[in-house]
Amino acid sequence: MAITEIIFWFLSALAVISAIMVVLSKSPVHSVLWLIAVFFAISGHYVLLNAQFIAIVNIIVYAGAIMVLFLFVLMLMNLNKETEPQKNLWMKLTGVVSGGCLLIILISLVRQATEIKGKIAVTKTGDIGLIKVLGKELFSSYVVPFEISSVLFLSAMIGAVVIGKKD
Amino acid sequence: MTLLSIDWFLFFEKLILIAVIIFASLGIALYTTFAERKVAAILQDRPGPNRAGPFGLFQPFADGLKLIMKEEIIPNNSNKFLFVLGPALAMVAALMTCAVIPWGDKIVAFGRTVALQIADINIGILYVFGVVSLGVYGIMIGGWASNNKFSLLAALRGASQAISYELAMGISLIALLMITGTLQLGEIVKQQMQPGHFWNVVYQPLGFLLFLVCAFAECNRTPFDLPEAENELNFGYHQEYSSMKLGFYLFAEYINMFISSVIMATLFFGGYDIPFFDETKHADWGNWLALAGVVCLMIKVVIFIFFFMWVRWTIPRFRYDQLMKLGWKTMLPLALLNMLITGAVILWLKK
Repeated sequence: MAITEIIFWFLSALAVISAIMVVLSKSPVHSVLWLIAVFFAISGHYVLLNAQFIAIVNIIVYAGAIMVLFLFVLMLMNLNKETEPQKNLWMKLTGVVSGGCLLIILISLVRQATEIKGKIAVTKTGDIGLIKVLGKELFSSYVVPFEISSVLFLSAMIGAVVIGKKD
Repeated sequence: MTLLSIDWFLFFEKLILIAVIIFASLGIALYTTFAERKVAAILQDRPGPNRAGPFGLFQPFADGLKLIMKEEIIPNNSNKFLFVLGPALAMVAALMTCAVIPWGDKIVAFGRTVALQIADINIGILYVFGVVSLGVYGIMIGGWASNNKFSLLAALRGASQAISYELAMGISLIALLMITGTLQLGEIVKQQMQPGHFWNVVYQPLGFLLFLVCAFAECNRTPFDLPEAENELNFGYHQEYSSMKLGFYLFAEYINMFISSVIMATLFFGGYDIPFFDETKHADWGNWLALAGVVCLMIKVVIFIFFFMWVRWTIPRFRYDQLMKLGWKTMLPLALLNMLITGAVILWLKK
Protein backbone atom coordinates (compact mmCIF):
# COMPACT_ATOMS: atom_id res chain seq x y z
CA MET A 1 0.00 0.00 0.00
CA ALA A 2 1.46 3.32 -1.01
CA ILE A 3 1.71 6.16 1.47
CA THR A 4 -0.95 8.13 -0.40
CA GLU A 5 -3.39 5.28 0.04
CA ILE A 6 -2.67 5.03 3.75
CA ILE A 7 -3.26 8.73 4.18
CA PHE A 8 -6.41 8.53 2.09
CA TRP A 9 -7.92 5.76 4.21
CA PHE A 10 -6.89 7.45 7.43
CA LEU A 11 -8.48 10.75 6.38
CA SER A 12 -11.62 9.04 5.12
CA ALA A 13 -12.07 7.12 8.34
CA LEU A 14 -11.45 10.29 10.33
CA ALA A 15 -13.99 12.24 8.27
CA VAL A 16 -16.72 9.60 8.53
CA ILE A 17 -16.22 8.89 12.23
CA SER A 18 -16.14 12.59 13.08
CA ALA A 19 -19.26 13.21 11.00
CA ILE A 20 -21.08 10.45 12.87
CA MET A 21 -19.90 11.89 16.17
CA VAL A 22 -21.30 15.31 15.17
CA VAL A 23 -24.75 13.73 15.13
CA LEU A 24 -24.31 11.45 18.13
CA SER A 25 -22.71 13.93 20.57
CA LYS A 26 -25.01 15.00 23.38
CA SER A 27 -23.41 18.36 23.98
CA PRO A 28 -23.69 20.91 21.13
CA VAL A 29 -20.20 22.20 21.86
CA HIS A 30 -18.79 18.73 21.28
CA SER A 31 -20.72 18.52 18.02
CA VAL A 32 -19.10 21.73 16.83
CA LEU A 33 -15.64 20.45 17.76
CA TRP A 34 -16.24 17.19 15.86
CA LEU A 35 -17.42 19.23 12.88
CA ILE A 36 -14.10 21.07 12.95
CA ALA A 37 -12.36 17.68 12.80
CA VAL A 38 -14.47 16.85 9.71
CA PHE A 39 -13.31 20.04 8.03
CA PHE A 40 -9.72 19.17 8.73
CA ALA A 41 -10.10 15.69 7.26
CA ILE A 42 -11.69 17.13 4.14
CA SER A 43 -8.90 19.68 3.82
CA GLY A 44 -6.48 16.79 3.99
CA HIS A 45 -8.26 15.22 1.03
CA TYR A 46 -7.91 18.47 -0.91
CA VAL A 47 -4.18 18.47 -0.18
CA LEU A 48 -3.95 14.92 -1.51
CA LEU A 49 -5.53 16.15 -4.74
CA ASN A 50 -2.95 18.97 -4.81
CA ALA A 51 -5.73 21.55 -4.44
CA GLN A 52 -3.78 23.54 -1.87
CA PHE A 53 -5.72 26.76 -2.19
CA ILE A 54 -9.11 25.17 -1.55
CA ALA A 55 -7.65 23.16 1.31
CA ILE A 56 -6.37 26.21 3.16
CA VAL A 57 -9.42 28.35 2.38
CA ASN A 58 -11.59 25.57 3.76
CA ILE A 59 -9.63 25.78 7.01
CA ILE A 60 -9.50 29.58 7.21
CA VAL A 61 -13.16 30.18 6.36
CA TYR A 62 -14.94 27.16 7.81
CA ALA A 63 -12.76 25.92 10.64
CA GLY A 64 -11.30 29.32 11.48
CA ALA A 65 -14.21 31.71 11.17
CA ILE A 66 -17.63 30.09 10.79
CA MET A 67 -17.13 27.45 13.47
CA VAL A 68 -15.81 30.12 15.85
CA LEU A 69 -19.08 31.96 15.38
CA PHE A 70 -20.99 28.70 16.02
CA LEU A 71 -19.03 28.25 19.23
CA PHE A 72 -19.72 31.86 20.17
CA VAL A 73 -23.45 31.38 19.87
CA LEU A 74 -23.43 28.06 21.74
CA MET A 75 -21.32 29.44 24.57
CA LEU A 76 -23.43 32.55 24.95
CA MET A 77 -26.72 30.62 24.89
CA ASN A 78 -25.33 28.26 27.51
CA LEU A 79 -26.52 25.16 25.71
CA ASN A 80 -24.09 22.91 27.52
CA LYS A 81 -26.71 20.66 29.08
CA GLU A 82 -26.16 16.97 28.56
CA THR A 83 -29.86 16.16 28.15
CA GLU A 84 -31.92 17.18 25.19
CA PRO A 85 -35.69 17.58 25.48
CA GLN A 86 -37.33 14.42 24.09
CA LYS A 87 -39.15 14.97 20.83
CA ASN A 88 -42.45 13.15 20.36
CA LEU A 89 -42.82 10.03 18.21
CA TRP A 90 -44.29 11.77 15.16
CA MET A 91 -41.40 14.19 14.98
CA LYS A 92 -38.93 11.31 15.04
CA LEU A 93 -40.87 9.43 12.37
CA THR A 94 -40.98 12.41 10.00
CA GLY A 95 -37.29 12.93 10.59
CA VAL A 96 -36.49 9.35 9.62
CA VAL A 97 -38.69 9.52 6.50
CA SER A 98 -37.27 12.82 5.24
CA GLY A 99 -33.70 11.73 5.96
CA GLY A 100 -34.32 8.45 4.13
CA CYS A 101 -35.70 10.31 1.11
CA LEU A 102 -32.54 12.42 0.93
CA LEU A 103 -30.40 9.30 1.15
CA ILE A 104 -32.31 7.64 -1.71
CA ILE A 105 -31.90 10.72 -3.90
CA LEU A 106 -28.17 10.89 -3.20
CA ILE A 107 -27.65 7.19 -3.94
CA SER A 108 -29.59 7.35 -7.20
CA LEU A 109 -27.62 10.44 -8.24
CA VAL A 110 -24.31 8.72 -7.64
CA ARG A 111 -25.47 5.63 -9.51
CA GLN A 112 -26.60 7.66 -12.50
CA ALA A 113 -23.46 9.75 -12.75
CA THR A 114 -21.91 7.84 -15.64
CA GLU A 115 -19.25 10.38 -16.51
CA ILE A 116 -17.32 9.77 -13.29
CA LYS A 117 -17.62 6.00 -13.49
CA GLY A 118 -14.36 4.13 -13.75
CA LYS A 119 -12.27 7.24 -13.34
CA ILE A 120 -9.56 7.56 -10.73
CA ALA A 121 -8.78 10.79 -8.95
CA VAL A 122 -5.34 12.13 -9.78
CA THR A 123 -3.33 12.60 -6.62
CA LYS A 124 -0.22 14.66 -6.01
CA THR A 125 -0.03 15.90 -9.62
CA GLY A 126 -1.91 18.46 -11.65
CA ASP A 127 -1.78 22.18 -10.96
CA ILE A 128 -5.42 23.18 -11.43
CA GLY A 129 -5.80 23.61 -7.67
CA LEU A 130 -2.81 25.93 -7.29
CA ILE A 131 -3.57 29.55 -6.61
CA LYS A 132 -2.01 30.96 -9.80
CA VAL A 133 -4.00 28.75 -12.16
CA LEU A 134 -7.16 29.14 -10.15
CA GLY A 135 -6.84 32.93 -10.04
CA LYS A 136 -6.29 33.20 -13.78
CA GLU A 137 -9.27 30.96 -14.44
CA LEU A 138 -11.51 32.92 -12.06
CA PHE A 139 -10.60 36.30 -13.50
CA SER A 140 -10.75 35.32 -17.18
CA SER A 141 -13.28 32.59 -18.00
CA TYR A 142 -15.48 33.06 -14.97
CA VAL A 143 -15.11 36.77 -14.30
CA VAL A 144 -18.83 37.62 -14.66
CA PRO A 145 -20.17 34.97 -12.25
CA PHE A 146 -17.32 35.81 -9.87
CA GLU A 147 -18.18 39.50 -9.80
CA ILE A 148 -21.91 38.82 -9.53
CA SER A 149 -21.34 36.54 -6.56
CA SER A 150 -19.23 39.23 -4.89
CA VAL A 151 -22.10 41.70 -5.27
CA LEU A 152 -24.42 39.06 -3.83
CA PHE A 153 -22.16 38.67 -0.79
CA LEU A 154 -22.01 42.43 -0.33
CA SER A 155 -25.80 42.73 -0.38
CA ALA A 156 -26.08 39.83 2.07
CA MET A 157 -23.63 41.58 4.37
CA ILE A 158 -25.52 44.87 4.25
CA GLY A 159 -28.77 42.99 4.79
CA ALA A 160 -27.34 41.28 7.88
CA VAL A 161 -26.23 44.62 9.31
CA VAL A 162 -29.65 46.19 8.66
CA ILE A 163 -31.50 43.27 10.26
CA GLY A 164 -29.06 43.08 13.16
CA LYS A 165 -29.49 46.77 14.03
CA LYS A 166 -31.88 47.52 16.86
CA ASP A 167 -34.92 49.88 16.54
CA MET B 1 16.67 3.85 0.05
CA THR B 2 12.98 3.95 -0.56
CA LEU B 3 10.28 2.11 1.30
CA LEU B 4 6.57 2.76 0.84
CA SER B 5 7.81 5.00 -1.97
CA ILE B 6 9.12 7.55 0.52
CA ASP B 7 12.61 8.92 0.29
CA TRP B 8 13.72 8.11 3.83
CA PHE B 9 16.78 10.35 3.70
CA LEU B 10 14.52 13.29 2.94
CA PHE B 11 12.21 12.11 5.71
CA PHE B 12 14.94 12.05 8.36
CA GLU B 13 16.42 15.27 7.06
CA LYS B 14 13.08 16.99 7.54
CA LEU B 15 12.55 15.29 10.89
CA ILE B 16 15.86 16.65 12.18
CA LEU B 17 15.03 20.08 10.78
CA ILE B 18 11.63 20.05 12.48
CA ALA B 19 13.14 18.96 15.79
CA VAL B 20 15.80 21.66 15.63
CA ILE B 21 13.31 24.39 14.75
CA ILE B 22 10.78 23.37 17.40
CA PHE B 23 13.42 23.17 20.13
CA ALA B 24 14.95 26.45 19.00
CA SER B 25 11.53 28.12 19.11
CA LEU B 26 10.90 26.75 22.59
CA GLY B 27 14.33 27.81 23.78
CA ILE B 28 13.97 31.30 22.37
CA ALA B 29 10.50 31.62 23.90
CA LEU B 30 11.96 30.46 27.22
CA TYR B 31 14.55 33.19 27.17
CA THR B 32 12.01 35.72 25.93
CA THR B 33 10.24 35.38 29.27
CA PHE B 34 13.53 36.21 30.95
CA ALA B 35 14.17 39.10 28.57
CA GLU B 36 10.69 40.43 29.24
CA ARG B 37 11.36 40.61 32.97
CA LYS B 38 14.75 42.21 32.41
CA VAL B 39 13.39 44.78 29.95
CA ALA B 40 10.55 45.59 32.32
CA ALA B 41 13.07 46.02 35.11
CA ILE B 42 15.28 48.32 33.06
CA LEU B 43 12.32 50.44 31.95
CA GLN B 44 11.15 50.70 35.56
CA ASP B 45 14.64 51.41 36.89
CA ARG B 46 15.15 48.29 39.02
CA PRO B 47 17.58 45.35 38.73
CA GLY B 48 15.11 42.60 37.74
CA PRO B 49 15.73 38.86 38.32
CA ASN B 50 19.40 38.41 39.21
CA ARG B 51 19.58 35.59 41.77
CA ALA B 52 19.52 32.34 39.75
CA GLY B 53 22.87 31.96 38.02
CA PRO B 54 25.03 34.76 36.59
CA PHE B 55 22.85 37.82 35.81
CA GLY B 56 19.84 35.64 36.66
CA LEU B 57 20.34 33.63 33.48
CA PHE B 58 18.87 30.43 34.97
CA GLN B 59 15.69 32.21 36.00
CA PRO B 60 13.54 30.72 33.17
CA PHE B 61 14.49 27.19 34.27
CA ALA B 62 13.61 28.04 37.85
CA ASP B 63 10.25 29.40 36.65
CA GLY B 64 9.60 26.30 34.55
CA LEU B 65 10.49 23.99 37.42
CA LYS B 66 8.20 25.92 39.73
CA LEU B 67 5.30 25.65 37.27
CA ILE B 68 5.81 21.91 36.74
CA MET B 69 6.10 21.13 40.46
CA LYS B 70 2.93 23.00 41.38
CA GLU B 71 -0.26 21.14 42.14
CA GLU B 72 -2.41 20.38 39.13
CA ILE B 73 -6.00 21.41 39.73
CA ILE B 74 -8.88 20.55 37.42
CA PRO B 75 -12.11 22.20 38.57
CA ASN B 76 -14.89 19.80 39.54
CA ASN B 77 -17.58 21.21 37.30
CA SER B 78 -15.38 21.70 34.27
CA ASN B 79 -15.30 19.64 31.15
CA LYS B 80 -12.13 17.66 31.85
CA PHE B 81 -11.18 16.68 28.31
CA LEU B 82 -11.68 20.14 26.87
CA PHE B 83 -10.00 21.69 29.89
CA VAL B 84 -6.80 19.84 28.98
CA LEU B 85 -7.31 20.31 25.24
CA GLY B 86 -7.35 24.12 25.53
CA PRO B 87 -3.69 24.76 26.45
CA ALA B 88 -2.58 21.91 24.16
CA LEU B 89 -4.30 23.57 21.19
CA ALA B 90 -2.86 26.96 22.06
CA MET B 91 0.62 25.47 22.11
CA VAL B 92 0.21 23.43 18.90
CA ALA B 93 -1.22 26.35 16.97
CA ALA B 94 1.63 28.54 18.14
CA LEU B 95 4.28 26.08 17.00
CA MET B 96 2.71 25.00 13.70
CA THR B 97 3.44 28.28 11.95
CA CYS B 98 7.20 27.72 11.90
CA ALA B 99 6.78 25.06 9.18
CA VAL B 100 6.61 27.54 6.31
CA ILE B 101 9.15 30.11 7.47
CA PRO B 102 12.43 30.24 5.52
CA TRP B 103 15.05 30.31 8.26
CA GLY B 104 17.99 30.59 5.95
CA ASP B 105 19.50 29.74 2.59
CA LYS B 106 20.45 26.22 1.56
CA ILE B 107 23.29 24.51 3.39
CA VAL B 108 25.35 21.57 2.13
CA ALA B 109 25.84 18.77 4.65
CA PHE B 110 27.08 15.20 4.01
CA GLY B 111 26.73 15.69 0.27
CA ARG B 112 23.11 16.75 0.47
CA THR B 113 21.72 20.20 -0.13
CA VAL B 114 19.34 21.03 2.69
CA ALA B 115 16.96 23.98 2.47
CA LEU B 116 16.49 25.58 5.89
CA GLN B 117 12.73 25.58 5.52
CA ILE B 118 10.45 22.71 6.43
CA ALA B 119 8.01 23.18 3.54
CA ASP B 120 8.05 25.88 0.89
CA ILE B 121 4.41 25.38 0.01
CA ASN B 122 2.57 27.21 -2.71
CA ILE B 123 0.21 28.91 -0.26
CA GLY B 124 2.76 29.99 2.38
CA ILE B 125 1.08 33.07 3.82
CA LEU B 126 -2.40 31.56 3.65
CA TYR B 127 -1.11 28.65 5.72
CA VAL B 128 0.05 31.14 8.34
CA PHE B 129 -3.41 32.69 8.35
CA GLY B 130 -5.06 29.30 8.68
CA VAL B 131 -2.96 28.44 11.71
CA VAL B 132 -3.46 31.88 13.27
CA SER B 133 -7.21 31.51 12.96
CA LEU B 134 -6.95 28.20 14.83
CA GLY B 135 -5.17 29.86 17.72
CA VAL B 136 -8.53 31.25 18.79
CA TYR B 137 -9.75 27.76 19.70
CA GLY B 138 -7.15 27.35 22.41
CA ILE B 139 -8.49 30.43 24.16
CA MET B 140 -12.18 29.72 23.53
CA ILE B 141 -12.15 26.07 24.53
CA GLY B 142 -10.04 26.73 27.60
CA GLY B 143 -12.22 29.63 28.69
CA TRP B 144 -15.44 27.73 28.18
CA ALA B 145 -14.32 24.46 29.74
CA SER B 146 -13.26 26.25 32.93
CA ASN B 147 -16.94 26.75 33.74
CA ASN B 148 -16.25 30.20 35.09
CA LYS B 149 -18.02 33.38 34.01
CA PHE B 150 -14.84 35.46 34.00
CA SER B 151 -13.02 32.92 31.89
CA LEU B 152 -15.91 32.71 29.44
CA LEU B 153 -16.10 36.48 29.10
CA ALA B 154 -12.36 36.69 28.53
CA ALA B 155 -12.50 33.90 25.97
CA LEU B 156 -15.25 35.69 24.05
CA ARG B 157 -13.27 38.90 24.19
CA GLY B 158 -10.17 37.15 22.93
CA ALA B 159 -11.97 35.44 20.08
CA SER B 160 -13.80 38.55 18.89
CA GLN B 161 -10.60 40.55 19.08
CA ALA B 162 -8.68 37.98 17.08
CA ILE B 163 -11.37 37.75 14.40
CA SER B 164 -11.67 41.53 14.10
CA TYR B 165 -7.96 42.11 13.69
CA GLU B 166 -7.45 39.13 11.39
CA LEU B 167 -9.50 41.00 8.80
CA ALA B 168 -7.35 44.13 8.76
CA MET B 169 -4.26 41.93 8.86
CA GLY B 170 -5.34 39.98 5.79
CA ILE B 171 -6.19 43.06 3.78
CA SER B 172 -2.95 44.81 4.71
CA LEU B 173 -1.11 41.77 3.40
CA ILE B 174 -3.03 41.70 0.12
CA ALA B 175 -1.29 44.93 -0.84
CA LEU B 176 2.07 43.28 -0.18
CA LEU B 177 1.07 40.23 -2.21
CA MET B 178 0.16 42.48 -5.15
CA ILE B 179 3.77 43.65 -5.21
CA THR B 180 5.42 40.27 -4.74
CA GLY B 181 3.01 38.32 -6.93
CA THR B 182 3.57 35.14 -4.92
CA LEU B 183 2.42 33.59 -1.66
CA GLN B 184 5.56 31.51 -1.15
CA LEU B 185 7.57 32.94 1.73
CA GLY B 186 10.85 31.63 0.31
CA GLU B 187 10.16 33.41 -2.96
CA ILE B 188 9.27 36.66 -1.17
CA VAL B 189 12.62 36.63 0.64
CA LYS B 190 14.52 35.87 -2.57
CA GLN B 191 12.88 38.83 -4.30
CA GLN B 192 14.01 41.13 -1.51
CA MET B 193 17.56 39.78 -1.72
CA GLN B 194 17.99 40.76 -5.34
CA PRO B 195 20.46 43.60 -5.83
CA GLY B 196 18.70 46.90 -6.50
CA HIS B 197 15.52 45.72 -4.80
CA PHE B 198 14.78 47.28 -1.43
CA TRP B 199 13.07 45.54 1.43
CA ASN B 200 9.31 45.42 1.17
CA VAL B 201 8.86 47.88 4.03
CA VAL B 202 10.07 50.60 1.65
CA TYR B 203 7.24 49.83 -0.77
CA GLN B 204 4.62 49.12 1.88
CA PRO B 205 5.20 51.38 4.91
CA LEU B 206 1.50 51.71 5.75
CA GLY B 207 0.94 48.02 5.16
CA PHE B 208 3.75 47.21 7.58
CA LEU B 209 2.37 49.54 10.24
CA LEU B 210 -1.08 47.97 9.99
CA PHE B 211 0.42 44.49 10.10
CA LEU B 212 2.45 45.39 13.17
CA VAL B 213 -0.57 46.66 15.10
CA CYS B 214 -2.60 43.62 14.09
CA ALA B 215 0.22 41.34 15.19
CA PHE B 216 0.10 42.96 18.63
CA ALA B 217 -3.63 42.30 18.76
CA GLU B 218 -3.30 38.70 17.54
CA CYS B 219 -0.65 37.96 20.17
CA ASN B 220 -2.85 39.46 22.92
CA ARG B 221 -0.02 41.77 23.88
CA THR B 222 -0.47 45.10 25.62
CA PRO B 223 -2.07 47.47 24.63
CA PHE B 224 -4.46 44.79 23.34
CA ASP B 225 -4.25 42.28 26.20
CA LEU B 226 -7.93 42.59 27.09
CA PRO B 227 -8.53 38.83 27.36
CA GLU B 228 -6.33 38.85 30.43
CA ALA B 229 -7.19 42.25 31.84
CA GLU B 230 -6.61 41.58 35.55
CA ASN B 231 -8.58 44.51 36.91
CA GLU B 232 -11.71 43.62 34.96
CA LEU B 233 -11.60 39.84 34.59
CA ASN B 234 -9.50 38.72 37.57
CA PHE B 235 -7.02 36.82 35.45
CA GLY B 236 -8.64 36.23 32.09
CA TYR B 237 -9.33 33.00 30.25
CA HIS B 238 -6.70 31.06 32.18
CA GLN B 239 -8.03 31.91 35.61
CA GLU B 240 -8.87 28.32 36.55
CA TYR B 241 -5.61 26.93 35.24
CA SER B 242 -2.71 26.01 37.43
CA SER B 243 0.66 24.35 37.13
CA MET B 244 2.09 23.69 33.66
CA LYS B 245 -1.27 24.10 31.88
CA LEU B 246 -1.15 27.74 32.88
CA GLY B 247 2.49 27.68 31.86
CA PHE B 248 1.55 26.49 28.38
CA TYR B 249 -0.90 29.34 27.91
CA LEU B 250 1.67 31.90 28.99
CA PHE B 251 4.35 30.16 26.95
CA ALA B 252 2.17 30.06 23.82
CA GLU B 253 1.96 33.83 23.99
CA TYR B 254 5.73 34.12 23.90
CA ILE B 255 6.02 31.65 21.02
CA ASN B 256 3.38 33.64 19.15
CA MET B 257 5.38 36.77 19.75
CA PHE B 258 8.54 35.10 18.43
CA ILE B 259 6.81 33.67 15.36
CA SER B 260 5.06 36.90 14.46
CA SER B 261 8.39 38.72 14.77
CA VAL B 262 9.90 36.20 12.36
CA ILE B 263 7.03 36.66 9.93
CA MET B 264 7.32 40.44 10.04
CA ALA B 265 11.07 40.20 9.46
CA THR B 266 10.49 37.78 6.59
CA LEU B 267 7.73 39.67 4.83
CA PHE B 268 8.87 43.24 5.29
CA PHE B 269 12.54 43.23 6.33
CA GLY B 270 14.15 40.81 3.94
CA GLY B 271 14.15 37.66 6.06
CA TYR B 272 17.63 36.16 6.11
CA ASP B 273 18.96 38.86 3.79
CA ILE B 274 22.12 40.50 5.13
CA PRO B 275 21.72 44.28 4.75
CA PHE B 276 24.15 46.22 2.52
CA PHE B 277 25.77 42.98 1.38
CA ASP B 278 25.51 41.29 -1.99
CA GLU B 279 25.15 37.56 -1.31
CA THR B 280 25.54 36.54 -4.97
CA LYS B 281 29.15 37.83 -5.04
CA HIS B 282 30.16 35.67 -2.09
CA ALA B 283 28.60 32.38 -3.12
CA ASP B 284 31.91 30.61 -2.42
CA TRP B 285 31.39 31.12 1.33
CA GLY B 286 28.92 28.25 1.23
CA ASN B 287 27.54 27.21 4.57
CA TRP B 288 29.00 30.20 6.42
CA LEU B 289 26.97 32.55 4.25
CA ALA B 290 23.80 30.60 5.05
CA LEU B 291 24.61 30.66 8.76
CA ALA B 292 25.29 34.41 8.60
CA GLY B 293 21.84 34.76 7.04
CA VAL B 294 20.24 32.85 9.91
CA VAL B 295 22.07 35.03 12.44
CA CYS B 296 20.90 38.11 10.56
CA LEU B 297 17.28 36.95 10.70
CA MET B 298 17.63 36.32 14.42
CA ILE B 299 19.02 39.82 15.00
CA LYS B 300 16.00 41.30 13.24
CA VAL B 301 13.72 39.08 15.31
CA VAL B 302 15.37 40.15 18.57
CA ILE B 303 14.85 43.80 17.63
CA PHE B 304 11.16 43.11 16.99
CA ILE B 305 10.76 41.22 20.26
CA PHE B 306 12.39 44.09 22.09
CA PHE B 307 9.91 46.42 20.41
CA PHE B 308 7.03 44.22 21.60
CA MET B 309 8.31 44.51 25.18
CA TRP B 310 9.07 48.18 24.95
CA VAL B 311 5.48 48.86 23.89
CA ARG B 312 4.10 46.60 26.62
CA TRP B 313 5.83 48.51 29.39
CA THR B 314 5.11 51.92 27.91
CA ILE B 315 1.53 52.05 26.64
CA PRO B 316 -1.50 51.38 28.87
CA ARG B 317 -4.29 49.03 27.91
CA PHE B 318 -7.15 50.05 25.63
CA ARG B 319 -10.76 50.03 26.72
CA TYR B 320 -12.73 47.30 24.97
CA ASP B 321 -14.94 49.58 22.88
CA GLN B 322 -11.89 51.61 21.90
CA LEU B 323 -10.22 48.40 20.76
CA MET B 324 -13.15 47.44 18.55
CA LYS B 325 -13.46 50.97 17.22
CA LEU B 326 -9.79 50.99 16.32
CA GLY B 327 -10.06 47.63 14.61
CA TRP B 328 -13.16 48.22 12.54
CA LYS B 329 -13.22 51.98 12.00
CA THR B 330 -9.53 52.79 11.63
CA MET B 331 -7.49 49.73 10.74
CA LEU B 332 -9.91 48.22 8.24
CA PRO B 333 -10.55 51.41 6.18
CA LEU B 334 -6.83 52.21 6.23
CA ALA B 335 -6.00 48.70 5.03
CA LEU B 336 -8.58 49.00 2.24
CA LEU B 337 -7.18 52.39 1.26
CA ASN B 338 -3.67 50.97 1.22
CA MET B 339 -4.84 48.14 -0.99
CA LEU B 340 -6.58 50.51 -3.43
CA ILE B 341 -3.58 52.84 -3.68
CA THR B 342 -1.19 49.93 -4.20
CA GLY B 343 -3.39 48.48 -6.92
CA ALA B 344 -3.68 51.85 -8.67
CA VAL B 345 0.08 52.43 -8.55
CA ILE B 346 0.81 48.97 -9.92
CA LEU B 347 -1.64 49.54 -12.77
CA TRP B 348 -0.09 52.96 -13.45
CA LEU B 349 3.46 51.59 -13.56
CA LYS B 350 2.49 48.77 -15.88
CA LYS B 351 1.21 51.16 -18.55
